[in-house]
Amino acid sequence: MAQKLLVKKPESFWDIYERKPGEDKQSTHYCPGCGHGNVHKLIAEALDDFGVTEKAILINPVGCSVFAYYYFRCGNVQVAHGRAPAVGTALSRCNPDSLVICYQGDGDLAAIGTNELIHAANRGENMTIFFVNNAIYGMTGGQMAPTTLIGQKTMTTPYGRNSQNEGYPIKVCELLASLEAPVYLERVALTDAKHMAKARQAIRKAINNQINKKGFSLVELLSPCPTGWGVEPPDAHKWIEENMFPYFKLGVYRDVADQREPIVRAKRIMDPKEVIEKLSLDKIGLESGGITSVPIDKYANPSLKIAGFGGQGVLLLGEVLAKAAMIKGYEVSWLPSYGPEMRGGTANCSVIIQKEKIGSPMATNPKVLIAMNRPSLEKFQNDVLPGGIIIYNTSLIDIEPSRKDVEIVSIKATGIADELGNVRVANMVALGTYIGYTGLLGREEVLKALSDSISRKNLISLNEEAIIRGMECAGKRV
Amino acid sequence: MSKVLIKGNDATVLGALLAGCEAYFGYPITPASEIAHAAAKFFSLLGRTFIQAESEVGAINMVYGAASAGQRVMTASSGPGISLKQEGVSYCAGSELPCVIVDIVRGGPGLGNIGPEQGDYNQIVKGGGHGNYKVIVLSPNSSQEMCNLTMLAFELADKYRIPVYVLTDGVIGQMMEPVEIQTPVKDVPDKKWALKGTPETAPNLITSIYMDHEDLEQHILKLDRKYKEIEEKEVRYEEYKLEDAEIVLIGYAVISRILRTVVDEARKDGLKVGLLRPITLWPFPCVKIGELSEKVKSFLVVEMSTGQMVNDVKLSVNGKKPVHLYYRVGGMVPSTEEIIKKLDEIK
Repeated sequence: MAQKLLVKKPESFWDIYERKPGEDKQSTHYCPGCGHGNVHKLIAEALDDFGVTEKAILINPVGCSVFAYYYFRCGNVQVAHGRAPAVGTALSRCNPDSLVICYQGDGDLAAIGTNELIHAANRGENMTIFFVNNAIYGMTGGQMAPTTLIGQKTMTTPYGRNSQNEGYPIKVCELLASLEAPVYLERVALTDAKHMAKARQAIRKAINNQINKKGFSLVELLSPCPTGWGVEPPDAHKWIEENMFPYFKLGVYRDVADQREPIVRAKRIMDPKEVIEKLSLDKIGLESGGITSVPIDKYANPSLKIAGFGGQGVLLLGEVLAKAAMIKGYEVSWLPSYGPEMRGGTANCSVIIQKEKIGSPMATNPKVLIAMNRPSLEKFQNDVLPGGIIIYNTSLIDIEPSRKDVEIVSIKATGIADELGNVRVANMVALGTYIGYTGLLGREEVLKALSDSISRKNLISLNEEAIIRGMECAGKRV
Repeated sequence: MSKVLIKGNDATVLGALLAGCEAYFGYPITPASEIAHAAAKFFSLLGRTFIQAESEVGAINMVYGAASAGQRVMTASSGPGISLKQEGVSYCAGSELPCVIVDIVRGGPGLGNIGPEQGDYNQIVKGGGHGNYKVIVLSPNSSQEMCNLTMLAFELADKYRIPVYVLTDGVIGQMMEPVEIQTPVKDVPDKKWALKGTPETAPNLITSIYMDHEDLEQHILKLDRKYKEIEEKEVRYEEYKLEDAEIVLIGYAVISRILRTVVDEARKDGLKVGLLRPITLWPFPCVKIGELSEKVKSFLVVEMSTGQMVNDVKLSVNGKKPVHLYYRVGGMVPSTEEIIKKLDEIK
């Protein structure tokens, strides 16, 4: 324990690395000369100094730093390769007062995770990314990274990175600097004392920005990987200076935290009472029940196909009908035209209304067809069950149904709607005709369903009039 | 009794809100997009988190993050999107993170089409991601169940720290039916293992990595014990006129609705037919089907896939009785008439 007095570890590190397998619980798993240890220490010291260790959640990536959780005494989560910024997004949104740190290497961040990175940055998530760029894949054994330099030999560029085959190293800070949202982007290097001091400052700034809820900060750290590069640890700093400095220019690429307002997240409403109130759950329901009058047998429990062209409101016709039947106490289902049925110029829906629980919601062979245009009549009239009903819009259909074994009801739906002032209520004329003819539903529940279904309240009276006219005409067999 | 007439896709969002789901992350895809639309509207209204993610991969990893934070969280998609999510689901299973994933199945493979299909059974029920894991799969067949089973999905996810799927087809997602609004859940369990950025949760670690082989074996065995418990306790199914049935029809989601009509129609012709509808596709009602195989003549499985669930039925029947299959695919939905014709062939 004498050692502990001599070298004071940051409080944000565990004293003993109990999570690390094996006998040695004192030293890290990193290779000699690796930069991760330095970055870890700079982060831990910053957490100590800001007093935010217990607020911190460290996202451990896939790569050599996958085991960062051996060392940090804060919340830790290990995530899939490249996905840290997506995971971090949610952690930050769910815990707005926590400190979310994504710790990522070059393969994780700039190859497999580019998409997550760019979009988290672009949303300006309140998080901090420390991007350790050592121009190579370490953990998997020295393969090319997106930041591998031109001519650099790796296991997968054995003859050196060739721009014609592998393109050029990605400059992450420059890339992100094209986005509006990030508040702070800086590239630093883990080389001599002067550069280390700059790295320390950058890490602190990026953490402080998040504490102040200023949004997205990223610090790129050019970091030694002697093992991956095949150089001796003492030569690694020189390698960075000679090979990385000329291409990856150090410096600040964005620093606008001072000009941004803190991010404010809404207060979550979770209390059941408030949820009910806010969503009007106690008001949106319609009272359902008490079937009092039933139509004659042949009109009971109908299955309907309601068809026309897009814009004729056939889906709304079906919805109002289904809703009115629901209010009356029936079991109902409504299914819009879907899949192959959508072909052939007709929009249509199936509506089933019955006293018993509904099986199939598809009116493949309906008892009732309401045809609002000619293609719909032609397409569906042969599907109607014998003894069923075909209601057709004579304003737009210039042929007569060919079926002799069903009841035919003609209605000048579009003409009547036009007389009322708007051809678009032809659907409601047809609806009125159907309920007037069969007696399946009463005016009261249909009008109630209508006012629930139409959002533009000034249109309700016109639609009501259309339904009533349809009902009257049904009696007269127009 | 008070009811609302809403689509299955909307009902699942209602269920999520009532269950105390605090975050939704998703990517648009037909025929599941109404879920994202409703979530965008209502999660935001309640100050809860809604993000249209950059990708399906992004969405499932946001789910991973929110689940790590201990919140009830969901995402929804359809076949192609679910394929992309599978990596993240495997991570959720490995890290024992509770979450709810809705799959409104469309036609495949590849881009397929937006018609209703059931071709995702294998990739969901058999665990489409890497490694040894299972997920609970609930399959609603009505708008009401889209609400209620979504609520149940959150409960089971938390109870077992497991991803739970709500798996159904495009028809159930697109159909409107009356839904009785349920009471909002009061007590969402507090998750002591989660990461909340607090002193109490600072020592917590969420991970699926176990470098030591013995440790990983122990972890997998622990998961497996959990799966066995779920198999014992959480099997759910619905029976319809099975008492005297000689032929048992088996189908889920919209097929189970059509089969109910088939049972009624076929019985009018004197055929003794009944319906077994699995509500949990995993755990599968193997025991019930095994029992039925002792007393019935045969089984007819109807699917909107070329035969995926039928393999689980065959395993359950274990060769004791013939298991027939009838299917339509590509967005085609079998009609009651087609199925009755098939029944006539096998009776």
